[in-house]
Amino acid sequence: MKLRKKKSGNRLMSRPEEGKNPSRGVFTRRALLLMAAQGAVLGALGERLYGLQVLNGSHYAKLAENNRLSKRFFAPPRGRITDRFGISVAANRINWRALLLAEETSDINGTLERFAQLVPLEPRDSVRIEHELRHKRRFIPIMLRDFLSWDDMARLELNMPSLPGVLIDVGTTRVYPFGPLMAHVVGYVAPPAEKDVVHNAELALPGMRVGRSGIEQTQDLNLRGQVGSVEMEVNAVGRVMAELDRDPGLAGDEIALTIDSGLQQQVLGRIGDQSASAVVMDCRNGEVLAMVSNPSFDPSLFDSGVSQAQWIEWTNNSQTPLINKAVSGLYPPGSTFKPAVAMAALRAGTLSPSDRITCPGYIDVGGTRFHCWSRYGHGTINLRQGLKYSCDVFFYEVARRTGMDPIAATSELFGLGARLPEIELPHVRQGLIPTPTWRRAHGHHWNGGDTIVSGIGQGFVQVTPLQLATYASRIATGRNVQPHLIRSVAGRMADLTDLGRAPGMDMPEHFFADIRAGMYAVVNEEGGTAPKARLDIPGVQMAGKTGSAQVRRVSRAMRESGHFNSANLPWEYRPHALFICFAPYDAPRYATAVVIEHGNAGADVAAPLARDIMTDTLRRDPVNHREPPGQEVAQAEVD
Amino acid sequence: MKFQKRLLRAEPNFQILTKLWQVNWLYVLLICALAVIGYGALYSAGGGTSRPFAGPQSIRFCFGLVMMLGIALMSPAILVRMAWPLYIFSLILLVAVLRMGHVGKGAERWLMLGGMQVQPSELAKIALVLMLASWFHKISYRSMGNPLMLVPPALMVLLPVALVLKEPNLGTAVIIGTVGASMFFGAGMRLWQIALLVLPMPFLARIAYGHLHDYQKARVTTFLHPESDPLGAGYNIIQSKIALGSGGMWGQGYLRGTQGQLNFLPEKQTDFIFTMIAEEWGYVGGITVIGMLLLLVFGGMLIAMRSRNQFGRLLGLGISMNFFLYCAVNLSMVMGAIPVGGVPLPLISYGGSAMLMVMFGFGLLMSAWVHRNSTFGETTPGEKD
Repeated sequence: MKLRKKKSGNRLMSRPEEGKNPSRGVFTRRALLLMAAQGAVLGALGERLYGLQVLNGSHYAKLAENNRLSKRFFAPPRGRITDRFGISVAANRINWRALLLAEETSDINGTLERFAQLVPLEPRDSVRIEHELRHKRRFIPIMLRDFLSWDDMARLELNMPSLPGVLIDVGTTRVYPFGPLMAHVVGYVAPPAEKDVVHNAELALPGMRVGRSGIEQTQDLNLRGQVGSVEMEVNAVGRVMAELDRDPGLAGDEIALTIDSGLQQQVLGRIGDQSASAVVMDCRNGEVLAMVSNPSFDPSLFDSGVSQAQWIEWTNNSQTPLINKAVSGLYPPGSTFKPAVAMAALRAGTLSPSDRITCPGYIDVGGTRFHCWSRYGHGTINLRQGLKYSCDVFFYEVARRTGMDPIAATSELFGLGARLPEIELPHVRQGLIPTPTWRRAHGHHWNGGDTIVSGIGQGFVQVTPLQLATYASRIATGRNVQPHLIRSVAGRMADLTDLGRAPGMDMPEHFFADIRAGMYAVVNEEGGTAPKARLDIPGVQMAGKTGSAQVRRVSRAMRESGHFNSANLPWEYRPHALFICFAPYDAPRYATAVVIEHGNAGADVAAPLARDIMTDTLRRDPVNHREPPGQEVAQAEVD
Repeated sequence: MKFQKRLLRAEPNFQILTKLWQVNWLYVLLICALAVIGYGALYSAGGGTSRPFAGPQSIRFCFGLVMMLGIALMSPAILVRMAWPLYIFSLILLVAVLRMGHVGKGAERWLMLGGMQVQPSELAKIALVLMLASWFHKISYRSMGNPLMLVPPALMVLLPVALVLKEPNLGTAVIIGTVGASMFFGAGMRLWQIALLVLPMPFLARIAYGHLHDYQKARVTTFLHPESDPLGAGYNIIQSKIALGSGGMWGQGYLRGTQGQLNFLPEKQTDFIFTMIAEEWGYVGGITVIGMLLLLVFGGMLIAMRSRNQFGRLLGLGISMNFFLYCAVNLSMVMGAIPVGGVPLPLISYGGSAMLMVMFGFGLLMSAWVHRNSTFGETTPGEKD
């Protein structure tokens, strides 16, 4: 066709010579010239197109692939935490959120206005939305409201046509169904801090949370799971056009605790509003069945950020709601330390179970007089009676004979002032059993009197409630049980969950028998210090030991005035009330330690509490159940 | 002749029918073929639907086709009479758009006329072609030797060029200027006159560059170094080249061009529609479109040469040149050969006034073809001397 036209062009070109109009000839020549130029230009463009598409095609094809593929990562669901029966104590709640994509609406203010009519926006939200609208790029969604209710959602969905740019999206938020009840054990999560993100870029993903306390903190890596990714086709402005490949990631491991949430609830109920902590353990294998620290806090507040006022209230509270007293609270064990001293003396050979010591109500050591709690003394008594009456002079004398180092060594074997390696909690404090070496290392001289007061768990001795519970367990079983909180991770049972694994204590069994007998007498015999701890369950006896730990030295003047009554002291100066116990006496299964801060007298306050807790535990008997024994308990309480 | 007049009196429709018969239907078929390609491309650019682009555009094309055939029937005498009013009208629109036009993307200016967006510069080009054709038709080839005779047509060119530059739309201004110059050339401007004009050009270009807007300068620099600013001004060029390159020899397949479908391609329905076609249909598709465009250009030029009156010749030349420049500037632009400017690909790109004006131009071209043998009012050397 081109050829034929060219020919006709030639024919035309010859015409002017015949014709009379010179302009036609000039025009034809010049038009042909222009056509040549036009052909050359379009030809050159065709040649350039060949270069771009065919010669360098593969180069650009590679660039194109990068252009359209985008890999995005998303946060995996955090692992659930359950109690020993599988009841959720930390879970993920689906969080329906309304988002605004600014680029999809031409009238942002109108959309927001109509949105606010359907779902009210707090003034705080409005300020934040305005700020984000100004600072975020138009294709990045802005959160309008989260935690939409079904009603909100229905209203929004119905009005979607009048809400251009509004999207409804689902995310997850950590929820703690038991709230303050489990806060100290389970801990809480919070958005990662900037320094965390520097070390681990995964944490920058929206929805990622970091455990900040409790199991959430120590098991953070297990709970976090594996980041999922999705490969997508995106357009030039980053909007997703299609999903190509999806790696769902791995949800975090589900962790089952040894805690029985029902028992935990009952223990808290028994504590009431006292500033106290209590630990219930399976004394054969170290499973912690309940660990309560009161007062507590609401862990879910940390997910969205704690208000300044709330924070100040927590930190100024003298009852330290944020601190898990069971592992971070340090208390002088007081008289609860006496069984450990006795064991140390028996092992050292400085005391035999039949040795008798006379208590006149005081003892003079190195020119200082140390008083018994009983002004008139306990007369001449043996070990069993010493424990039963909690005679101070008896243990002053035993401590004096034995010396501090054997006492420290034995009590550390019981877990007192020792590290408990298996407990899966952060901020676990070790406490202290003082020794002359330790004292000298701090530049002081160890006095003989220091040994004497240590003999009744005063002075520098400091232990945690969890250590006390461990101590009670080890006395009860004679086995080196290790307290722990995790029963299984992703269905795999943790070690040491059966009795056979806990090794023996390397102490003669008959020494244990003597000490247990003394602790039995404390509760069950006439004249024992804790008759209030006697169980009301037929055929089941409990053995225990009271403790009242002074937080302030009682001056002789006050004592001799005869009017001394620690109950009249200001709250923070009153002695702590402690009680350790285990039951059933003849086949120990549960051990409990109770510490009531400034509760005054262990015998009056801690012992009844421990009895109630032990009664609850025995009635539930959680270690023999596979299902939560909730109904039976309800039944029992009605009776 | 007498027979024809009698026939016309007896049957008034005869003239219209014969004229319609004389329309170059092969050429119209070629136009329609390109419009069909454009429809397909807009269908793809709309993400596989005709709703946003392809549908409205096809309605405009049909309307344009009817208008083209209508204009094709108009005799040169009528068209010459239309030249002045149309030219003045286009100038008024150009002034109006400067005063109260809407600015889109910093350059293309448009007016709202009767609910339609009108780009006065589009009309100005056609009006200028018509104006120059009728002017050169009236003066003789001889009188062209007198430079004074070239002053009025030069002003006719410079006026719209200046107004369009003021918009500022550099690309269209260059096209208007070049179309005007080519018509001077075709009308028989003397070589010494041309030399006198062309020689000072480099000097003038330097001054002109100094007066360019910053964004226009940026286009020049990023054209020279597109990779220097890949997400800014160089983005369009890089993305377009990537899209073209990923098309390869045979293309990604219709509706499967990743760059276009995923919106990496900027303004894919207007300026970069060719990239979209070439990505989906490959080099084979791209070169076919270029070939068809070239056929339209050459066809126009041949129609111009066939005309036996200066008006028809210059009209054909101007229209073809205008069409050619549109294609060349747009194609160079999408291939990164010249700085980017808002110049659509005629017949294919989405856009109402561009489509209507292109069809208006083809109408004039068809009129030149239909009336190619008319020798109305032309001053022949014999008569004049």
